[in-house]
Amino acid sequence: MKTLKEFVELFAEQFDALPEEEISASTVFHDLDEYSSLTALSIISMIDEEFEVTIKGDDLKKAVTVEDLYNTVKSKLQ
Amino acid sequence: MYNPYSLEGKTILVTGASSGIGRQTAIEASRLGARIIASARDKERLEETLSMLEGSGHSFIIADLSIDEQVEDLASQVEPLDGFSCNAGIPGGQLVLFYKEEQIENVFKVNTFSAMMLTRHLLKKKKLKRGASVVYTSSAGNVFCAAIANGIYGASKCALDGFMRSAAIELAAKGIRCNSVNPSVVMTAFQKNSGITQEQYQKELANYPLGRFGTPVDVALAICFLLSDASSFITGTAVKIDGGSTL
Repeated sequence: MKTLKEFVELFAEQFDALPEEEISASTVFHDLDEYSSLTALSIISMIDEEFEVTIKGDDLKKAVTVEDLYNTVKSKLQ
Repeated sequence: MYNPYSLEGKTILVTGASSGIGRQTAIEASRLGARIIASARDKERLEETLSMLEGSGHSFIIADLSIDEQVEDLASQVEPLDGFSCNAGIPGGQLVLFYKEEQIENVFKVNTFSAMMLTRHLLKKKKLKRGASVVYTSSAGNVFCAAIANGIYGASKCALDGFMRSAAIELAAKGIRCNSVNPSVVMTAFQKNSGITQEQYQKELANYPLGRFGTPVDVALAICFLLSDASSFITGTAVKIDGGSTL
């Protein structure tokens, strides 16, 4: 399993305009200006590709921070 | 001199660069100042293309885009790009009654799937710079009109255009534009190998209001326009280059 740090980097890569360093484990990603249906789809696809875990829109909704989402992925791997 | 169509300072990948529209695009783009990375299967013909380019700094990469690994390898090898002209294609004339799945797969593999996957790999490897332009060479045939025995080839090009439109929306946030050029009959070796007789061509010519078939230069210059900053606000468009033949 990738580390939280690696997850944050992969997560940040899905945003085009936002500098990567502006996203951390504690970022409330729903509040980001660039967070949209397209970035949400990118994040779901990234998690599918990198972790072989399928997360749903609801999982994204429930997660507040990037770390929350990492924990969701982790729980689905177990 | 004022030239908004200049490709000065741009690095452009041209696939299918060993002949026809691809080769001509490499030549015209080099004349407009681009640095060309030419790709195709045949080393000798690629070297010939390179010898025809103006300016310096050009290079070539041999790749057979019908092979998955080579599609990804090509994306790995290129430097970050300002433009990508996607020309690799094979003909696929056949009457519906005689279709074989293998032929359909082969045509789609090169004409459609390789273009989609090469785009994917270039993105994944961050080889398309912000502001880059991608131009897919599609076809007027079966996108804007229909022809007998053109179902397989035409479907592969319709699919390519369909993909191009989605890519245009998805990549807009990265400042990357995607368009296609859609030529009708262009006299190249590709066309001469298609099995259409001289007599049929003569008859077909009657459908061309401008009184001639296209040339590789006609298409290459449209590609260069779409690669240039002159077309900065154009994305998701299929540009007909057909001498009026589909009107």
